Amino acid sequence: MTSAAAKPSPPSGGRGLGEGGAQGAYAHDTGYNFAYLDESTKRMIRRAILKGVAIPGHQVPFGSREMPLPYGWGTGGIQVTASILGPSDVLKVIDQGADDTTNAVSIRAFFRRVAGVATTERTAEATVIQTRHRIPERQLTEGQILVYQVPMPEPLFRLEARVAETKRMHALADYGLMHVKLYEDIARHGHIATSYNYPVMVDGRYLMSPSPIPAFDNPKMDRMPALQLFGAGREKRIYAVPPYTAVRSLDFEDHPFRPIRAPHACALCGSRESYLDEVITDDRGGKIFVCSDTDYCTERQATKAAAE
Amino acid sequence: MDTRYPGFADPVLDAQASFRAVLEAMSRPGRVQAVVAPPELPPGLSPAAASVLLTLVDAATPLRLAAGTEVEAWVRFHCGCPFVCDGAAFVLDPGATLMELEAGTDEEPERGATLILEVAALEEAGGWRLRGPGIRDEHRLRVTGAPPGFVAEWARNHARFPCSVDVILCAGARIAALPRSLRIEES
Repeated sequence: MTSAAAKPSPPSGGRGLGEGGAQGAYAHDTGYNFAYLDESTKRMIRRAILKGVAIPGHQVPFGSREMPLPYGWGTGGIQVTASILGPSDVLKVIDQGADDTTNAVSIRAFFRRVAGVATTERTAEATVIQTRHRIPERQLTEGQILVYQVPMPEPLFRLEARVAETKRMHALADYGLMHVKLYEDIARHGHIATSYNYPVMVDGRYLMSPSPIPAFDNPKMDRMPALQLFGAGREKRIYAVPPYTAVRSLDFEDHPFRPIRAPHACALCGSRESYLDEVITDDRGGKIFVCSDTDYCTERQATKAAAE
Repeated sequence: MDTRYPGFADPVLDAQASFRAVLEAMSRPGRVQAVVAPPELPPGLSPAAASVLLTLVDAATPLRLAAGTEVEAWVRFHCGCPFVCDGAAFVLDPGATLMELEAGTDEEPERGATLILEVAALEEAGGWRLRGPGIRDEHRLRVTGAPPGFVAEWARNHARFPCSVDVILCAGARIAALPRSLRIEES
């Protein structure tokens, strides 16, 4: 069991709710199979994940199951997480960068109950990170797996509605349509007006939807040391980007890809590097910008407080 | 014929641990992983191959098997998979060659087979030079007991990408994987 031995063991203690650190392993609800899914479903999903890893960026169809939450709430990501999760894993779940939003809190509670795994809000402590629409600011490592919740896995669907046709386009690596779309953006707006869900080429072969992460996060996918898995529950597709794989955002020589970020410093931690959320503070137009990644922001505030 | 050999001691958690080993092997080609094996095995099957079969093969995956009657009875009981000669999703047959197996289609390359290949030993130093997705610069993998001419055949297999066959190498209780995206050079 090298893979398990390489992982840090779940930290003990620190069980207090609302604390940033890991909450120790819980007893799993024996009314359910470990990690909720039955074993034959897990095998089916595991086979799809392996083929996805072997063909980087290719969407592998799978028999998506009904989950105890509605489509659009991360059913694809949850099924992928449930199929890979083991008792020694430490799970982190983020929703738009935040650990404390409804979706993230419920998914963490779900896996604490059905798998008894330890959960954490700290990026550095996690072995599996399920995410909705962000990549953590802290660089991920080889021992981690990033699981994306994907609403629409097909990058071409706004340009070509017929699934049979998009399958053919992927088979032929015929992505001219997407280049025309980006060109039309430039003709109309003077720049590529796509700020999230920005299409990428994986290992120079497959056009892939990075899920609706901000374009700001796209460069983090390129040659990331961690394995990236993508699950789309409603659309019944799984795909993957292996570690250290080239992920290039589509662009033109004279209009190179530029990650966009609000030109402000975080009001809480002062970061000028992180991706920012705009927060309205009153009804007179007052607003502040704060880090979207809550763990990154908390850590920076703690470091600053300790230095003072 | 019945089998008297058991499956995983803990079917749920042993399968999970073995899957993570296979996933790690497939996402970092050339890195050798240890799997959890059943406590006792039918003669003619390595612990690693047994573990891969129990982890991934079931009624939904046709298997091409040539490993003797004891192994066949064991697989039939524990995996419950259909046995086939052509169009297998998983293959455990020392006589199989990469180019004759199911490679999928351009539209559905994921239908390409997975070949489980028993070898004598796996070592992370010397031997083949591996490059491709999952590898930062280069991984080295020394495979003792690979079929003759395997590297040349792999080059033909890789050239068909995205259609192709993926390989899981098994030696004792250790595995290494060769996903179709991988380039192998003999040194």
